[in-house]
Parts: sequence; structure tokens; C-alpha cells
Amino acid sequence: MSILSILIPIALLLSLVGLVAFVWSLKSGQFEDLDGAAQRILLDDDEKNEEN
Amino acid sequence: MTEKDGKKHLSLLIKGVHCAGCIQKIEASLYADDKVTNARLNFSTGRLNLKWDGGVECADQFVDQIQALGYSVYPFIEDHISGEHEKEERFLLLCLGVAGFAMGNIMLLSVGVWTSSLETMGMSTRGLMHWISALIALPTIVFSGRPFFRSALTALKNGHTNMDVPISLALVLACLMSIHETLTHGEYVYFDSAVMLTFFLLIGRYLDFKARRKARGAAIDLMQTFTGFALVVDGDDKKRVAIRDIQEGMRVLVAVGEKIPVDGQIVLGTTSIDTSLVTGETMPREAALGDDVYAGTVNLDAPIVMEVTKAAEDSLFADVIRLMEKAEQGQAEYVRLADKAAKLYTPVVHSLALCAFILWWGILGATWQEALLIAVTVLIITCPCALGLAVPVVQVLATGRLMKHGILVKAGDALERLAKVTSIVLDKTGTITIGKPALVGAYDIDALQIAAALAAHSQHPLSKAIVDAYEGDSLKVTDVKEHAGSGLEGVYNGQTIRLGNAVWCGVDEEVQNDSVQMQIWLSIPNQKPMSFTFADQLRSDTKETLEILIKSGIKATLLSGDREAIVKEVAHDTGLTKYKAEQKPADKYAYVEELKAQGETVMMVGDGLNDAPVLSAANVSMAPGSAIDVAQNAADIVFMGDKLEPVLETHKIARATQQLVKQNFALAVIYNIIAIPLAFLGLVTPMIAALAMSGSSLLVILNSFRLRWVK
Repeated sequence: MSILSILIPIALLLSLVGLVAFVWSLKSGQFEDLDGAAQRILLDDDEKNEEN
Repeated sequence: MTEKDGKKHLSLLIKGVHCAGCIQKIEASLYADDKVTNARLNFSTGRLNLKWDGGVECADQFVDQIQALGYSVYPFIEDHISGEHEKEERFLLLCLGVAGFAMGNIMLLSVGVWTSSLETMGMSTRGLMHWISALIALPTIVFSGRPFFRSALTALKNGHTNMDVPISLALVLACLMSIHETLTHGEYVYFDSAVMLTFFLLIGRYLDFKARRKARGAAIDLMQTFTGFALVVDGDDKKRVAIRDIQEGMRVLVAVGEKIPVDGQIVLGTTSIDTSLVTGETMPREAALGDDVYAGTVNLDAPIVMEVTKAAEDSLFADVIRLMEKAEQGQAEYVRLADKAAKLYTPVVHSLALCAFILWWGILGATWQEALLIAVTVLIITCPCALGLAVPVVQVLATGRLMKHGILVKAGDALERLAKVTSIVLDKTGTITIGKPALVGAYDIDALQIAAALAAHSQHPLSKAIVDAYEGDSLKVTDVKEHAGSGLEGVYNGQTIRLGNAVWCGVDEEVQNDSVQMQIWLSIPNQKPMSFTFADQLRSDTKETLEILIKSGIKATLLSGDREAIVKEVAHDTGLTKYKAEQKPADKYAYVEELKAQGETVMMVGDGLNDAPVLSAANVSMAPGSAIDVAQNAADIVFMGDKLEPVLETHKIARATQQLVKQNFALAVIYNIIAIPLAFLGLVTPMIAALAMSGSSLLVILNSFRLRWVK
């Protein structure tokens, strides 16, 4: 059972990374325009719009 | 417009963005200007955020630039309410994300605990699992449970209860109970159930909120379309002013083809005005010095200057806001269906839990811990996950599906009311007809070619119809002049030709045909004048659509302000047996009220200002996208395109939606009927409670998705 003392922290840490990523994406406004993202993938030269 | 770090910042609302190409066209054209540092178009909301270095005056240039690309631009008004809602939606999503994270981790631990026994796992390991669960669950509940706690507290403070009261109570009790169990090395903890409950309820809450915001967003969009800019003349100075800032007494310049922004009186110029959007008349009206013109009509022939007689705020603007608020209240009514269930449900569940506690502790002699455990199980297992999801999931799916068909559902309870419709009332011009004249009858093809070349210079509906009818090479006509109320004049092959009414073209009175209302003539020197005849055309699928509706048992009536003979002919063409002609707005209103008094549930489909009161009075209403703003605002549902088929589609989806909502409620009730007795008898372990709960929620969601297969 001592393996648990390694596995559980790893599991928690991994999902914490996921949560932090989610909160970051929420804060940076990536959920603001869900339909736009689907359309923008079709654009060829999106580079100059990258600064956002 | 705001200023920050020396940069100007402006938000605009852009209409007509359909695809990736549009995004690129607009953004690339703005970036082509070196001053622009940031241009980002939000495709979902149509909002363009623009930042640039330099003067304020650039704003006008940017607006012109986007308009030149063929999009309509409106100032975006950041109102307090929509900002709050945006924040609220982000808050709900954050709560949902945190609850999801916690649920995943706790389930990981719980599955381990459930699948092993005390012998295989050992007392101390299980204790460790419980402690870790507690460490994850308690902060999560405190953080993600806030939407429920807040709402429950507000309800209790005001002396009544809602769905959130039993939810909050169950969450708090489950946590307290579990802490006690963990401290005393008990067998069962409820952390997983509590977190899962939070997660599923937040899904429902979030979906519901999104659907509501969408409906509200549509109303706000319409309002901002109605605002926009106007060109105010001040001496020799011209400046662009937002329509809502226009005051009485200002002078506004209206260019050819522009919508007249406010009510006023012409002080300079003579023109003809297309009033079709307001009155439903197909033919334009002449307007000269001193004539009154109304907001929403379109200036056709020549630029005019008008003096404003009514500030925007006093006229239609206030109406729009009132109508918008109405739409929002309607939304609340729809959700009330679920709240109605909650009102019934809350006291029943609370007394059941209390009964369970008294029964086990007082009568069956269990310890108070055991009795409390059972009472909490009853509270948790009956928690209305499925009930809370029943309405919003179906609603989001239904509005989404209709949106893809170009049908915008504005009022939340519109679909529910639409499903019950027994009688449908239709307007003629612009509703079952396209509302634009089209060339009909015999004409000379060479004459049409010449007429089209001349007509291309005019905004008049009949000119547009001629241009639309002609396909082929265009001829060159020079020196074209438009004479308001008469027609066009131009030079072709060195000859002066005219296109317009009979007098203008010098047609003898004997040749004029009185019975045909819409007719114009082309006169070429040394030739006999040639005529073109026009008629308003039916939408291509009107007859089939009405047939199907009538077959499904709905009574259809045609109500029109037009003349008896015309209405009779249209009714005959569409297979309608009931029609009423020469109806004033008040007559239409009275007719619908009469139907309602007879116990009918009435749906109104109309597009003009004269239909607006009826659209509000009917139980449910639809307006085509070509309708005047006021009619679109009054209507519950707005549909796009040249066909009438959306009416049928919406009706079908509404019925399917209503059926699915009922099924979902039935599923939730059946689940409770089975689960409550089991929990009452103390037969339910936390694992079964958790599985049953998520199972019932999934069942409701899956059942809702059947809407996709409705054909």
C-alpha cells in the first residue's frame, strides 16, 4: 500500500495541472467565442492576428 | 470609446458576418492601416474590438471602411446588465470546472474504497482515503456550491423556498455527516455524492444560463441595430451622431437608400419614401417639403434634410426596451415550470427526511448517527439533478437546432406556448408574400434591356424588380436623373429615354389599364411607350406549408389590410378558406382577441408595424427577418429566408421539445419513486446513491438528445 503515497499525489498533481490550465483558458477569454474558433481554423494567414 | 495607454479603444457591433472569410476580410482590412494595433472580431456575438494609435477621427474612417466591405456597423453599447451577465456566466463555468476536477479525483479514490473491503484495504488506508476525499471535497463545496447557497439564502431571507434550499441543506448535511464519519473511522462517507451532485447541478445551471443569455442577446442586438449612426447637419458642419443621442430640433441628412433614423419633418428636398416596412404598402409614397417622415422607412430617390420632431428616446426606442423586458419575463415564466415542481417537491422531501429520522431513531431504536445517515441519504438521493436538467438541456438543444435553420427563438417559453397552438393567423404582404414586387406578364425583351440599364440607377422597388428580372449584358445610359414621384430620365444612343409612370412617359389615357395597380412605362422617342407590369409574389412554398399545417388540425386565417379582391385571390392561390380583407390594426387585434376568447391558442405571423400589436397579443408570434424592427421585437420567434417553411419547422420542433420535457419530468419522477423508498429503508449505500444519481441525470440528458433525430 505504500505505493499509494506516491500515486495519489501524482494523480492529484496531474489533475491540478488540468484545473490550472482550465482556469487560465477561462481567464484569458478562450471561452468567449466558441463559434469563432471553429471558423478561424479555416483562415490561412492568421499570423498577424496572433498578438491577442 | 475609451482611451488606455495612449491607445483608443472602440467596440462595434457588426451585422452580416457569416463565415471565416468575413472575419478575415474585416480584420485584414483594418490591419492594413498601420495605426491599428488590435482588431479582433468575436464571431459568436458579432462584436469587434478595435485598438489604435492616433486620433479620435480615425473611428469614422474605420466604420466607413467596414461598411464599404458590405457589412452593417452599429455602435456597441456596453450596458451594465450584459456586463454583469458575462461575469456571472464565467463564474458558473469556473465553479463547474472546479467541481469537475474535484469529482474526478474523489471518484478515483471512492472506486477504490467501494471495490475493496476492510480486510483487503485495512482500516488506516481507508481512513487516509477518506481524509484525502475530505481535503478535496470541502473546499470544492465551499467554492462551487456558492451559486446554490446564495440563491437559497436569498430565498429564505425573503421568506420562501426554492429548489436551492434542499440542495444546499443536503450538501451541508452530507459534508457534516461525512466529517463525523471520517473522524470516527466510519465505513461510509458522502463526499463523492456531494461533489457529484454539485457538478451535475452546475451543468444544468450553466446550460440554463446560456440559453437565457442567448435570448437576451438577440433582443439587445435588435435594439442596437435600431440605434446606429445618423448624419447631423449643424450649419456647414456634418457629424456622425449615435441615433440615441439625437435630440428634438436637430437637422439630419438622410442619403439615398438610407433608413430614416427618427420621426421628423422634411425641411429640404423632395423624394419618395419606401414605407413597406412600416405600413405594408408595396408602393413608395412621395414626400416633399413639410411632410412628416417616420423612423424605419427608407429614403429612395434624393437626399433630404429633416428636422427631428421626436427624440429617439421618446419614440420607438422606449418601446424596444419595454418589449425586450417582456421577452425576459417570458423566459422566467418558462423556467417556472421547473420551479413549480420545486415548490411541490421541497416540503415533501424535507418532511420525508424528517420522517425517516424520527422513524429510525425514535421507533426502530437506531443510534442517532444511523438515523441521521438515513435521513441525509433520503435528502441526497432525491436531489433534483434530473429535475434540474429536464428543461434546460432540451431547450438549449432545440434553440440550437432552430438557430442552424435560421430561426431565432427570442422568448424562452415561446416553444412551450407554440406546442399548444390551435389556430394560426397570417398577414399577407411580406409574410406569405415576399413583399417585393416582381415583373409579371408579357413584356418586350429589348425594352427590358434598356429599362434595366436605366433602372440600375434607382433604389425604387419597381426599378429593383426590373434589374432583378433582367439577366444579360448591361447597356450604357448616361446623364441619369431621378424625378421624385415621376420616374427616371437618361440618355441612350443620343436619345432621351424615360422610365416611370404613365403621365411621365406621355401615355394616352385610353391605353392605361386601370385594373393593374403596379405598372410603369418605358418611352423612347419615335416609339410607342411599352409597359411593365408587377405583382407581389407568394413565398415559393406557401401553399405546401399551409396545407401541412391545416392537415395537422390547425385552423389558418389570412388577415390583411389590402383590398378585398387581392386578398381573395391570394387566399384562393394558397388554399385558405378563411380570410379577412381591409383590416386595420385594431380590427386585427380584435379578431385575435375574439379567437382567444373562444378558447383558441393563437399564433400570429406578421411583419409590419400594423401587425406589431397583434404579434404581442397573440399567444405566440413569429416574424420574418425582413420585418420591421418593432415587429421583430414584438415577435417571440424570428425566421430568415424567402420561405414560409420555418413556421412548420418551428412548430414541429416545439411539439417535440414539449414531449421530451414531459418525458424528462416523468423519468425524474419515476426515479424518485423507486429511489426514495429504498433510501427510506436504509438499503442504499453511498455508492448506489452516487450511481443512481448520475444514472438518472445521464438518462435525462440522453433522452433530450433524441431531439436530434426528430425529422
